[in-house]
Amino acid sequence: MWEQIRSNRIRSVVLVIVMGIFLFLIGYFIGLYFFDSGIAGLLIALIIWAIMTLVAYFQGDRILLASAGAKKISHDDHPRLYNIVEEMRIASGLPKTPDIYIIDDTSLNAFATGRDPNKCAVAITSGLLQQLNRDELQGVMAHELSHIKNRDVLLMAMVSVLLGAIVMLSWYASRIMIFGGGGSRRNSSSGGGGAGQAIIMVIALVLMIMAPIFAQLIYFAVSRKREYLADASAALYTRYPEGLASALEKLGASARQLKSANKATAPMYIINPFRKKGLSAGELTSTHPPIMERIRILRSMGGGASFVDYDKAYRHVHKGGGGVIPAATMSLSGTSYQAITTETSDDEPDRLTRES
Amino acid sequence: MDIALWVILGILAVLVLFFILTYNGLIRLRNQVKNAWAQIDVQLKRRYDLIPNLMETVRGYMKHERETMEAVTNARNLAQRVPGGSVGARSIAEGELSSALSKLLAVVENYPDLKANQNFLALQEELSSTENKISFSRQYYNDSVLNFNNKIQMFPSNIIASMSGFKIGEFFEVTVATEREAPRVSFS
Repeated sequence: MWEQIRSNRIRSVVLVIVMGIFLFLIGYFIGLYFFDSGIAGLLIALIIWAIMTLVAYFQGDRILLASAGAKKISHDDHPRLYNIVEEMRIASGLPKTPDIYIIDDTSLNAFATGRDPNKCAVAITSGLLQQLNRDELQGVMAHELSHIKNRDVLLMAMVSVLLGAIVMLSWYASRIMIFGGGGSRRNSSSGGGGAGQAIIMVIALVLMIMAPIFAQLIYFAVSRKREYLADASAALYTRYPEGLASALEKLGASARQLKSANKATAPMYIINPFRKKGLSAGELTSTHPPIMERIRILRSMGGGASFVDYDKAYRHVHKGGGGVIPAATMSLSGTSYQAITTETSDDEPDRLTRES
Repeated sequence: MDIALWVILGILAVLVLFFILTYNGLIRLRNQVKNAWAQIDVQLKRRYDLIPNLMETVRGYMKHERETMEAVTNARNLAQRVPGGSVGARSIAEGELSSALSKLLAVVENYPDLKANQNFLALQEELSSTENKISFSRQYYNDSVLNFNNKIQMFPSNIIASMSGFKIGEFFEVTVATEREAPRVSFS
């Protein structure tokens, strides 16, 4: 089961390559159009991408945490939260307990960040911290830690940088093209211009319109897959899918948006921070699967807690169609894990000791 | 002739490569098991450290629970004396400690003053979280042992495992009957 990273890595690489190709195609045609040289455009795209990547890689977590107004806590500031994160760190087999941050915000959300398992952080809003009992908090933290464990944070950072570069290039180039006039066309000799130029312009325009859309769709699709995988991992780590399910229920009932979230950071959160109550976003254009569906899957795992059980539940909820966990991952984790099914009575919301 | 030689060389190269990859995979899994065991050990030690504090706090309140308290102290001392390497003996001793501890925490219900004590509440959070950490580290340890044992026993890696003398790992099991029932600690 700890091998899942490997099978994911291949898919992730393919995805990043596809988006990279988009970016360089755009760069190439922009170069061809403005400078009569595809290489120049490629260079521009490359430089933009490199700068953004470096910033995201080395400063991304700090920027994210700072923009969210997160405060780092130690064990004594909030023993329960700290202990829960440590418990989940142990269950997931991560080498080091991540830094823990609290965002002073009444909305309900949580996210994970950090480029590798040795340098990572989890953050939770004070609103969510107040509303959840211990089991639910455990489920949420397990979900976040599995984003770190599965290297989702790094992948999504890379992908959103690519997406950002594509959007940026297309946006500026199309504005210049439309409002700024013909670029190098005016300077270049009228020799071979004509038809060739027109074709390049059409291709460039089509690319500029289509590439950001496609890149975004890929990005959303990957992000959603990752959410399912993180849910499945949370069930596996806690052996108690109901914890996350009931936490999601509380999250789903809240209508407040997180003030400090923005589109680029959305996939890092446990639920989509832009979601409005009663307004379901289009299936294709959401970073997160619908909450109700995630709850239904977690609740139809039928007493199991393994990836196989999650996959079965997913297929059940989706009535046919493919599963959500890569086959290679499942075969490695074929053993079934029993979920903890201790019933929690109403007057005792915290199931503080687990069945050992 | 030439072709036959190349084929033989090719097969040899594949075999060597297979050996290296499998051997390294086994080492990696064995280290994972060792590391997982170390994680359990850390948490068990933490529990030993917490118990004297708990006893100190509880003593003033619990006048009539001498036996229950002594059982915890004894179980702790016994568990501490089990040599670090033997998984089986350790899991029995730790099981005894867990059940003694849960009995003690169960009678806390009868002492409302104690339940209002800040010091005790903080300790209780630490203690129950440590219990959780023990079971999560045991969960991770047992998963690691399972992966390791599968690799050792399954074909074809079993050939290399037996050639290189890898021994299957021992599960850290719940051995005491009373411990199978979740120790109920009410925090409300």
